[in-house]
Amino acid sequence: MKTIKFVGLFLAVGLMAAFTVKPAAGYKVGDVATDFSLKNVNNKMVSLKDIKDAKGYIVVFTCNHCPYAVAYEDRIVVLDAKYKKLGYPVVAINPNNPEKQKDDSFAKMQQRAKEKKFTFPYLLDDGQKIYPQYGATKTPHVYVLQKTAKGNVVKYIGAIDDNYEDAKAVKTRYVENAVDALLKGKDVPVKETKAIGCSIKA
Amino acid sequence: MRYTRNPIIAALSAVALFSCGKKEEKAVIAEDPAPKALKVYSANGVSVKAYDFNGLEHFLKKQNDTTYVVNFWATWCVPCVEELPHFEKLNEKYKEDKIKVVLVSLDMSKQVESKLLPFIKERQLKSEVLFLQDPDQNAWLPKVDTTWTGAIPATVIYNKEKRKFFEKSFTYEELEKEVSNFK
Repeated sequence: MKTIKFVGLFLAVGLMAAFTVKPAAGYKVGDVATDFSLKNVNNKMVSLKDIKDAKGYIVVFTCNHCPYAVAYEDRIVVLDAKYKKLGYPVVAINPNNPEKQKDDSFAKMQQRAKEKKFTFPYLLDDGQKIYPQYGATKTPHVYVLQKTAKGNVVKYIGAIDDNYEDAKAVKTRYVENAVDALLKGKDVPVKETKAIGCSIKA
Repeated sequence: MRYTRNPIIAALSAVALFSCGKKEEKAVIAEDPAPKALKVYSANGVSVKAYDFNGLEHFLKKQNDTTYVVNFWATWCVPCVEELPHFEKLNEKYKEDKIKVVLVSLDMSKQVESKLLPFIKERQLKSEVLFLQDPDQNAWLPKVDTTWTGAIPATVIYNKEKRKFFEKSFTYEELEKEVSNFK
């Protein structure tokens, strides 16, 4: 049995290596996103299904060390303040392997959450199992999910807004526009955007 | 240099054409001159030109006999900094062979003077470094390559006939192998 597992693992690694050049697989808009059970900075496990009164979720793959993620921290706090009460709370996930990226260790996450007074869960993707399913490739990378009878449906993938450098110079707030549309029962105007970020270190 | 040379050749050939009266206007086509930089950042003998994407596009579609290796990076990006020596080595080794490395920095504007310029000086980078100052990434990212998700490092290798995009880190051997396919 052990040998079979080993060979399987070997094959899986080989396959992964063979496909690394291709764009990462992951969710497209319209797909049902997986739930998870990940450890929050308060040491409690968090799953999307446990969050009461949610109509959906703003899932943000982010981390401590990336300057782009740092540039967006305050804006993520604002998103949670604005949309948690409307049924779309922020759920932040650090996808990086702390072994590879020391600044993204669980202890440093706890410290950062405290310093920046995060009002939302900041979870560690322990073992780096969740972010590949979503198809996140970098931080920050946002997935807006809508809770429906068939599951949590991906409604938006991409950046928070169109100016990472200067929050005051933002012209289009992609995530806000997406959630506003969902709250009104309308179609999300821009469903996918691209932005630079720090590649995830698994 | 390229900017001034071609018009002179063009002018000379126009004179030659005039004198013998043959229709050979197509013989010399001057390359588009480099666009004007938005700003030039300088400190301690190091300077970097800043472009928005419209300006940068010039460096992504040159039509001459050189193969360009355009690497998107930032000083804060650990895997980018790790692979930089490979690009420097490639640029140095093949500088007589019409292969040119262009390093496009995606550092933040406020860090150009505090991080980027000192980095270039400290590492003594020989490849050309440009600073892309265009925060509306969703507008320009797909123009570099539609498959680019936005993670860096990312690299475009192109010449007038071929073009290939990579959203990955390179070893020197991998980089040299890919570039050899462009000869």
